[in-house]
Amino acid sequence: MVMLALLKRDIATLLPGGRRGGSLLPLLFFLAVAMLYPFAVGPEPQMLARTGGGVVWVAALLAAILPLERLVAADLESGVFDQLALRGVAEEVAMASRMIAHWLAFAPLLLLAALPASALLGLPGDKVTTLLLGLLAGTPGLAAIGLAIAALTASLRGGAALAGLMLIPLAVPILIFGAGALARPDATAIALTAAISLLFVAMAPFAAGAAIRAARDN
Amino acid sequence: MQASALTAWELFCRRGDRLLFGSLDLWVESGGAVHLTGPNGIGKSSLLQILAGLRTPTRAEALTAAGIKQGRVEWLGRIGLLDGRCTLDEVTPLETALAFWTRLDGASRIDQAAAMERMGLAALGDVPVRYLSTGQRKRAGFARLLIQKADHWLLDEPLNGLDSDGVALVEELIAERRASGGAIIVASHQAIALPDAQLLDLRDHPW
Repeated sequence: MVMLALLKRDIATLLPGGRRGGSLLPLLFFLAVAMLYPFAVGPEPQMLARTGGGVVWVAALLAAILPLERLVAADLESGVFDQLALRGVAEEVAMASRMIAHWLAFAPLLLLAALPASALLGLPGDKVTTLLLGLLAGTPGLAAIGLAIAALTASLRGGAALAGLMLIPLAVPILIFGAGALARPDATAIALTAAISLLFVAMAPFAAGAAIRAARDN
Repeated sequence: MQASALTAWELFCRRGDRLLFGSLDLWVESGGAVHLTGPNGIGKSSLLQILAGLRTPTRAEALTAAGIKQGRVEWLGRIGLLDGRCTLDEVTPLETALAFWTRLDGASRIDQAAAMERMGLAALGDVPVRYLSTGQRKRAGFARLLIQKADHWLLDEPLNGLDSDGVALVEELIAERRASGGAIIVASHQAIALPDAQLLDLRDHPW
Protein backbone atom coordinates (compact mmCIF):
# COMPACT_ATOMS: atom_id res chain seq x y z
CA MET A 1 0.00 0.00 0.00
CA VAL A 2 2.72 2.44 1.01
CA MET A 3 4.94 1.17 -1.79
CA LEU A 4 2.12 1.60 -4.30
CA ALA A 5 1.43 5.17 -3.21
CA LEU A 6 5.14 5.97 -3.39
CA LEU A 7 5.58 4.33 -6.77
CA LYS A 8 2.58 6.10 -8.22
CA ARG A 9 3.92 9.49 -7.16
CA ASP A 10 7.50 8.72 -8.22
CA ILE A 11 6.43 7.58 -11.67
CA ALA A 12 4.18 10.60 -12.14
CA THR A 13 7.08 12.87 -11.15
CA LEU A 14 9.76 11.23 -13.26
CA LEU A 15 8.03 9.98 -16.40
CA PRO A 16 8.58 12.38 -19.32
CA GLY A 17 5.61 14.45 -20.37
CA GLY A 18 2.63 15.51 -18.31
CA ARG A 19 2.38 18.55 -16.09
CA ARG A 20 4.83 17.47 -13.41
CA GLY A 21 6.68 14.94 -15.53
CA GLY A 22 10.36 14.70 -16.28
CA SER A 23 11.82 16.01 -19.48
CA LEU A 24 12.43 14.35 -22.83
CA LEU A 25 15.84 16.03 -23.07
CA PRO A 26 17.93 12.97 -22.10
CA LEU A 27 16.29 11.09 -24.94
CA LEU A 28 16.90 13.89 -27.45
CA PHE A 29 20.48 14.11 -26.21
CA PHE A 30 20.87 10.38 -26.82
CA LEU A 31 19.55 10.68 -30.38
CA ALA A 32 21.67 13.76 -31.02
CA VAL A 33 24.85 11.85 -30.18
CA ALA A 34 23.89 9.06 -32.59
CA MET A 35 23.15 11.64 -35.24
CA LEU A 36 26.37 13.63 -34.78
CA TYR A 37 28.73 10.67 -34.68
CA PRO A 38 28.69 9.95 -38.46
CA PHE A 39 29.33 13.63 -39.13
CA ALA A 40 32.35 13.55 -36.87
CA VAL A 41 34.03 10.36 -38.07
CA GLY A 42 32.81 10.14 -41.65
CA PRO A 43 30.11 8.06 -43.27
CA GLU A 44 31.96 4.79 -44.15
CA PRO A 45 29.36 2.07 -43.46
CA GLN A 46 31.84 -0.60 -42.25
CA MET A 47 33.36 1.71 -39.68
CA LEU A 48 29.98 2.90 -38.43
CA ALA A 49 28.67 -0.65 -38.19
CA ARG A 50 31.77 -1.69 -36.23
CA THR A 51 31.89 1.21 -33.77
CA GLY A 52 28.26 2.37 -33.77
CA GLY A 53 27.12 -0.02 -31.04
CA GLY A 54 29.75 1.33 -28.65
CA VAL A 55 28.69 4.89 -29.40
CA VAL A 56 25.08 4.04 -28.58
CA TRP A 57 26.26 2.60 -25.26
CA VAL A 58 28.25 5.68 -24.37
CA ALA A 59 25.34 7.90 -25.36
CA ALA A 60 22.99 5.82 -23.20
CA LEU A 61 25.33 6.11 -20.25
CA LEU A 62 25.60 9.88 -20.60
CA ALA A 63 21.85 10.22 -21.08
CA ALA A 64 21.39 8.35 -17.79
CA ILE A 65 23.32 11.11 -16.00
CA LEU A 66 21.01 13.91 -17.10
CA PRO A 67 17.97 13.13 -14.91
CA LEU A 68 20.04 12.62 -11.75
CA GLU A 69 19.81 16.23 -10.62
CA ARG A 70 16.09 16.11 -9.96
CA LEU A 71 15.99 12.52 -8.77
CA VAL A 72 16.45 12.99 -5.02
CA ALA A 73 17.50 16.56 -4.23
CA ALA A 74 14.08 18.20 -4.61
CA ASP A 75 12.37 15.79 -2.23
CA LEU A 76 15.18 16.00 0.27
CA GLU A 77 14.85 19.77 0.28
CA SER A 78 11.08 19.85 0.55
CA GLY A 79 11.12 17.40 3.46
CA VAL A 80 9.34 14.49 1.80
CA PHE A 81 11.80 11.97 3.23
CA ASP A 82 11.43 13.52 6.71
CA GLN A 83 7.68 13.13 6.54
CA LEU A 84 8.04 9.55 5.30
CA ALA A 85 10.40 8.78 8.18
CA LEU A 86 7.84 10.15 10.65
CA ARG A 87 5.35 7.68 9.22
CA GLY A 88 7.75 4.81 9.70
CA VAL A 89 8.51 4.39 6.00
CA ALA A 90 12.13 3.28 5.73
CA GLU A 91 14.38 5.33 3.48
CA GLU A 92 15.30 2.07 1.75
CA VAL A 93 11.68 1.53 0.72
CA ALA A 94 11.37 5.06 -0.60
CA MET A 95 14.62 4.62 -2.51
CA ALA A 96 13.62 1.25 -3.98
CA SER A 97 10.44 2.84 -5.28
CA ARG A 98 12.42 5.76 -6.64
CA MET A 99 14.81 3.36 -8.40
CA ILE A 100 12.01 1.47 -10.11
CA ALA A 101 10.36 4.72 -11.19
CA HIS A 102 13.67 6.11 -12.46
CA TRP A 103 14.28 2.99 -14.55
CA LEU A 104 10.74 3.06 -15.95
CA ALA A 105 11.11 6.74 -16.77
CA PHE A 106 14.27 6.46 -18.83
CA ALA A 107 15.00 2.89 -19.93
CA PRO A 108 11.97 1.86 -22.04
CA LEU A 109 12.13 5.10 -24.00
CA LEU A 110 15.87 4.72 -24.37
CA LEU A 111 15.43 1.21 -25.80
CA LEU A 112 12.87 2.60 -28.20
CA ALA A 113 15.18 5.44 -29.23
CA ALA A 114 18.01 2.94 -29.70
CA LEU A 115 16.17 1.69 -32.81
CA PRO A 116 16.36 4.95 -34.78
CA ALA A 117 19.85 5.49 -33.38
CA SER A 118 20.93 2.09 -34.71
CA ALA A 119 19.41 2.96 -38.06
CA LEU A 120 21.30 6.26 -38.17
CA LEU A 121 24.53 4.38 -37.56
CA GLY A 122 23.63 1.62 -40.01
CA LEU A 123 24.02 -1.24 -37.51
CA PRO A 124 23.23 -4.71 -38.94
CA GLY A 125 20.15 -6.52 -37.59
CA ASP A 126 21.88 -9.06 -35.33
CA LYS A 127 23.93 -6.33 -33.70
CA VAL A 128 20.79 -4.30 -33.03
CA THR A 129 19.33 -7.28 -31.19
CA THR A 130 22.49 -7.70 -29.11
CA LEU A 131 22.54 -3.98 -28.41
CA LEU A 132 18.93 -3.93 -27.23
CA LEU A 133 19.38 -7.01 -25.04
CA GLY A 134 22.54 -5.50 -23.59
CA LEU A 135 20.82 -2.21 -22.85
CA LEU A 136 17.90 -4.07 -21.30
CA ALA A 137 20.33 -5.90 -19.03
CA GLY A 138 22.49 -2.88 -18.27
CA THR A 139 20.02 -0.04 -17.72
CA PRO A 140 18.69 -1.29 -14.34
CA GLY A 141 22.27 -1.16 -13.11
CA LEU A 142 22.70 2.35 -14.48
CA ALA A 143 19.46 3.41 -12.78
CA ALA A 144 20.66 1.91 -9.50
CA ILE A 145 24.08 3.59 -9.58
CA GLY A 146 22.43 6.83 -10.62
CA LEU A 147 20.05 6.72 -7.67
CA ALA A 148 22.75 5.96 -5.11
CA ILE A 149 24.89 8.79 -6.43
CA ALA A 150 21.98 11.22 -6.65
CA ALA A 151 21.21 10.51 -2.99
CA LEU A 152 24.85 10.92 -1.97
CA THR A 153 25.22 14.26 -3.72
CA ALA A 154 21.70 15.59 -3.06
CA SER A 155 22.68 17.84 -0.17
CA LEU A 156 25.83 19.21 -1.82
CA ARG A 157 26.12 22.39 -3.79
CA GLY A 158 26.92 21.55 -7.41
CA GLY A 159 25.90 18.00 -6.65
CA ALA A 160 24.63 17.38 -10.15
CA ALA A 161 27.99 17.88 -11.83
CA LEU A 162 29.67 15.75 -9.19
CA ALA A 163 27.05 13.05 -9.70
CA GLY A 164 27.98 12.84 -13.35
CA LEU A 165 31.64 12.41 -12.57
CA MET A 166 30.95 9.80 -9.89
CA LEU A 167 28.68 7.73 -12.10
CA ILE A 168 31.24 7.22 -14.83
CA PRO A 169 33.76 4.96 -13.02
CA LEU A 170 30.99 2.89 -11.44
CA ALA A 171 29.32 2.42 -14.79
CA VAL A 172 32.49 1.14 -16.47
CA PRO A 173 31.87 -2.58 -15.71
CA ILE A 174 28.40 -2.37 -17.20
CA LEU A 175 29.79 -0.60 -20.23
CA ILE A 176 32.63 -3.10 -20.71
CA PHE A 177 30.39 -6.14 -20.70
CA GLY A 178 27.39 -4.53 -22.33
CA ALA A 179 29.30 -3.00 -25.22
CA GLY A 180 31.65 -5.99 -25.26
CA ALA A 181 28.70 -8.23 -26.13
CA LEU A 182 28.62 -6.51 -29.52
CA ALA A 183 32.09 -7.80 -30.43
CA ARG A 184 31.45 -11.42 -29.50
CA PRO A 185 28.56 -13.43 -30.84
CA ASP A 186 27.75 -15.37 -27.62
CA ALA A 187 25.40 -14.36 -24.84
CA THR A 188 27.88 -14.60 -21.94
CA ALA A 189 28.67 -10.90 -21.92
CA ILE A 190 24.99 -10.01 -21.71
CA ALA A 191 24.54 -12.44 -18.83
CA LEU A 192 27.49 -10.80 -17.07
CA THR A 193 26.02 -7.35 -17.69
CA ALA A 194 22.77 -8.53 -16.15
CA ALA A 195 24.63 -9.99 -13.17
CA ILE A 196 26.49 -6.74 -12.44
CA SER A 197 23.28 -4.84 -12.99
CA LEU A 198 21.39 -6.96 -10.47
CA LEU A 199 24.15 -6.56 -7.94
CA PHE A 200 23.87 -2.77 -8.20
CA VAL A 201 20.07 -2.96 -8.04
CA ALA A 202 20.30 -4.98 -4.84
CA MET A 203 22.75 -2.58 -3.19
CA ALA A 204 21.53 0.83 -4.34
CA PRO A 205 18.43 1.26 -2.12
CA PHE A 206 20.52 0.60 0.99
CA ALA A 207 23.34 2.91 -0.07
CA ALA A 208 20.88 5.64 -1.07
CA GLY A 209 18.83 5.21 2.12
CA ALA A 210 21.93 5.54 4.27
CA ALA A 211 22.97 8.61 2.29
CA ILE A 212 19.63 10.28 3.00
CA ARG A 213 19.85 9.55 6.71
CA ALA A 214 23.38 10.92 6.75
CA ALA A 215 22.29 14.07 4.92
CA ARG A 216 19.86 14.83 7.75
CA ASP A 217 22.45 14.75 10.45
CA ASN A 218 24.81 17.47 9.33
CA MET B 1 -1.50 12.10 37.37
CA GLN B 2 -1.39 12.51 33.62
CA ALA B 3 0.16 9.93 31.32
CA SER B 4 3.39 10.95 29.73
CA ALA B 5 3.36 11.62 26.00
CA LEU B 6 7.00 12.49 25.53
CA THR B 7 10.02 11.64 27.58
CA ALA B 8 13.44 12.76 26.43
CA TRP B 9 16.75 12.54 28.23
CA GLU B 10 20.18 13.98 27.70
CA LEU B 11 19.61 15.66 24.37
CA PHE B 12 22.66 17.26 22.84
CA CYS B 13 22.83 19.13 19.59
CA ARG B 14 25.64 20.40 17.46
CA ARG B 15 25.57 21.76 13.93
CA GLY B 16 28.99 21.42 12.38
CA ASP B 17 31.40 23.03 14.81
CA ARG B 18 28.76 24.95 16.71
CA LEU B 19 27.56 23.47 19.97
CA LEU B 20 23.94 24.49 20.27
CA PHE B 21 22.49 23.02 23.44
CA GLY B 22 23.05 20.09 25.72
CA SER B 23 21.91 18.11 28.76
CA LEU B 24 18.32 18.82 27.90
CA ASP B 25 15.68 16.66 29.54
CA LEU B 26 12.06 17.08 28.56
CA TRP B 27 8.90 15.56 29.88
CA VAL B 28 5.50 16.39 28.46
CA GLU B 29 2.28 14.91 29.77
CA SER B 30 -0.52 13.93 27.46
CA GLY B 31 -2.49 17.08 26.61
CA GLY B 32 0.47 19.25 27.55
CA ALA B 33 2.27 21.87 25.54
CA VAL B 34 5.78 23.26 25.31
CA HIS B 35 6.61 26.68 23.97
CA LEU B 36 10.19 26.78 22.70
CA THR B 37 11.85 30.15 22.70
CA GLY B 38 15.28 31.59 22.24
CA PRO B 39 17.12 33.72 19.71
CA ASN B 40 17.62 32.73 16.08
CA GLY B 41 20.14 29.98 15.58
CA ILE B 42 19.91 28.62 19.12
CA GLY B 43 18.67 25.28 17.81
CA LYS B 44 14.87 25.34 18.12
CA SER B 45 14.32 23.72 14.75
CA SER B 46 17.12 21.25 15.44
CA LEU B 47 15.45 20.30 18.72
CA LEU B 48 12.18 19.68 16.89
CA GLN B 49 14.03 17.49 14.42
CA ILE B 50 15.65 15.58 17.27
CA LEU B 51 12.25 15.09 18.90
CA ALA B 52 10.89 13.91 15.54
CA GLY B 53 13.66 11.31 15.40
CA LEU B 54 15.22 12.87 12.32
CA ARG B 55 18.47 13.94 13.97
CA THR B 56 20.57 12.02 16.47
CA PRO B 57 20.54 13.55 19.96
CA THR B 58 23.81 12.02 21.05
CA ARG B 59 26.82 13.99 21.97
CA ALA B 60 29.28 13.17 19.21
CA GLU B 61 32.41 13.22 21.36
CA ALA B 62 33.66 9.80 22.24
CA LEU B 63 36.22 10.84 24.85
CA THR B 64 34.30 12.69 27.53
CA ALA B 65 35.22 11.73 31.07
CA ALA B 66 31.91 10.04 31.81
CA GLY B 67 31.81 8.20 28.51
CA ILE B 68 29.23 8.83 25.82
CA LYS B 69 25.92 10.03 27.10
CA GLN B 70 23.16 8.43 25.12
CA GLY B 71 20.37 10.83 24.28
CA ARG B 72 16.94 9.26 24.05
CA VAL B 73 13.53 10.36 22.84
CA GLU B 74 10.42 8.31 23.55
CA TRP B 75 6.92 9.10 22.41
CA LEU B 76 3.69 7.42 23.31
CA GLY B 77 1.71 7.67 20.07
CA ARG B 78 2.37 8.90 16.56
CA ILE B 79 3.86 12.30 15.85
CA GLY B 80 3.29 14.83 13.12
CA LEU B 81 5.75 17.55 12.12
CA LEU B 82 5.06 20.84 10.41
CA ASP B 83 8.14 22.93 9.74
CA GLY B 84 8.75 25.84 7.39
CA ARG B 85 8.02 23.63 4.41
CA CYS B 86 4.54 22.44 3.51
CA THR B 87 6.06 19.37 1.82
CA LEU B 88 3.63 19.19 -1.06
CA ASP B 89 4.59 18.75 -4.71
CA GLU B 90 5.06 22.23 -6.13
CA VAL B 91 3.75 21.77 -9.65
CA THR B 92 0.73 19.63 -8.86
CA PRO B 93 -2.67 21.04 -7.92
CA LEU B 94 -3.17 21.27 -4.15
CA GLU B 95 -5.78 18.51 -4.12
CA THR B 96 -3.52 16.01 -5.94
CA ALA B 97 -0.55 16.96 -3.80
CA LEU B 98 -2.53 16.36 -0.61
CA ALA B 99 -3.99 13.16 -2.05
CA PHE B 100 -0.52 11.55 -1.98
CA TRP B 101 -0.32 12.00 1.80
CA THR B 102 -3.97 11.01 2.16
CA ARG B 103 -3.22 7.69 0.45
CA LEU B 104 -0.03 7.20 2.40
CA ASP B 105 -1.74 7.85 5.73
CA GLY B 106 -4.61 5.55 4.82
CA ALA B 107 -7.10 8.41 5.20
CA SER B 108 -10.17 8.80 3.02
CA ARG B 109 -11.05 11.46 0.46
CA ILE B 110 -13.69 12.65 2.90
CA ASP B 111 -10.99 13.26 5.53
CA GLN B 112 -9.04 15.24 2.97
CA ALA B 113 -12.04 17.32 1.92
CA ALA B 114 -12.85 18.00 5.58
CA ALA B 115 -9.27 19.07 6.32
CA MET B 116 -9.21 21.40 3.30
CA GLU B 117 -12.58 22.85 4.29
CA ARG B 118 -11.36 23.38 7.84
CA MET B 119 -8.25 25.22 6.68
CA GLY B 120 -10.24 27.38 4.26
CA LEU B 121 -8.66 25.80 1.21
CA ALA B 122 -11.77 24.24 -0.32
CA ALA B 123 -11.74 26.64 -3.26
CA LEU B 124 -8.03 26.18 -4.01
CA GLY B 125 -8.07 22.46 -4.83
CA ASP B 126 -7.00 22.87 -8.44
CA VAL B 127 -4.42 25.61 -7.90
CA PRO B 128 -0.83 24.36 -8.25
CA VAL B 129 0.97 24.51 -4.91
CA ARG B 130 3.67 26.88 -6.20
CA TYR B 131 1.03 29.58 -6.83
CA LEU B 132 -0.13 29.55 -3.21
CA SER B 133 0.81 32.46 -0.97
CA THR B 134 2.90 32.02 2.19
CA GLY B 135 -0.18 31.92 4.39
CA GLN B 136 -2.00 29.54 2.07
CA ARG B 137 1.00 27.21 2.07
CA LYS B 138 0.96 27.23 5.85
CA ARG B 139 -2.73 26.35 5.78
CA ALA B 140 -1.99 23.58 3.27
CA GLY B 141 0.67 22.27 5.64
CA PHE B 142 -1.88 22.18 8.45
CA ALA B 143 -4.33 20.37 6.15
CA ARG B 144 -1.61 17.74 5.61
CA LEU B 145 -1.12 17.53 9.36
CA LEU B 146 -4.85 17.11 9.98
CA ILE B 147 -5.06 14.34 7.38
CA GLN B 148 -2.21 12.52 9.11
CA LYS B 149 -4.24 12.26 12.34
CA ALA B 150 -1.08 12.05 14.42
CA ASP B 151 -1.44 12.06 18.20
CA HIS B 152 1.20 14.70 18.92
CA TRP B 153 2.35 17.70 16.95
CA LEU B 154 5.71 19.35 16.51
CA LEU B 155 5.21 22.82 15.06
CA ASP B 156 8.00 25.06 13.83
CA GLU B 157 6.84 28.69 13.57
CA PRO B 158 3.23 27.64 12.90
CA LEU B 159 1.97 31.20 12.67
CA ASN B 160 4.36 32.46 10.01
CA GLY B 161 2.48 34.18 7.24
CA LEU B 162 -0.97 33.53 8.66
CA ASP B 163 -3.61 36.24 8.89
CA SER B 164 -5.51 36.84 12.14
CA ASP B 165 -8.23 34.36 11.17
CA GLY B 166 -5.53 31.82 10.45
CA VAL B 167 -3.86 32.43 13.80
CA ALA B 168 -7.17 31.94 15.61
CA LEU B 169 -7.80 28.78 13.60
CA VAL B 170 -4.38 27.32 14.43
CA GLU B 171 -4.83 28.11 18.14
CA GLU B 172 -8.19 26.38 17.97
CA LEU B 173 -6.68 23.30 16.29
CA ILE B 174 -3.94 23.13 18.90
CA ALA B 175 -6.50 23.38 21.71
CA GLU B 176 -8.56 20.58 20.14
CA ARG B 177 -5.54 18.33 19.75
CA ARG B 178 -4.60 18.92 23.39
CA ALA B 179 -8.15 18.27 24.51
CA SER B 180 -7.99 14.85 22.87
CA GLY B 181 -4.77 14.03 24.70
CA GLY B 182 -2.12 15.17 22.24
CA ALA B 183 1.07 16.88 23.28
CA ILE B 184 2.10 19.95 21.32
CA ILE B 185 5.57 21.37 21.01
CA VAL B 186 5.72 24.77 19.38
CA ALA B 187 8.73 26.84 18.41
CA SER B 188 7.42 30.33 17.83
CA HIS B 189 8.61 33.89 18.05
CA GLN B 190 5.10 35.16 17.78
CA ALA B 191 2.74 35.24 20.71
CA ILE B 192 0.60 32.15 20.58
CA ALA B 193 -2.18 31.13 22.94
CA LEU B 194 -0.93 28.04 24.73
CA PRO B 195 -2.61 27.85 28.13
CA ASP B 196 -0.48 26.17 30.83
CA ALA B 197 2.41 25.57 28.44
CA GLN B 198 5.91 24.85 29.72
CA LEU B 199 8.19 27.62 28.60
CA LEU B 200 11.50 26.21 27.38
CA ASP B 201 14.28 28.67 26.62
CA LEU B 202 17.24 26.90 25.02
CA ARG B 203 19.60 29.53 26.43
CA ASP B 204 19.12 27.80 29.78
CA HIS B 205 20.62 24.61 28.40
CA PRO B 206 24.15 25.28 27.21
CA TRP B 207 26.24 22.41 25.88
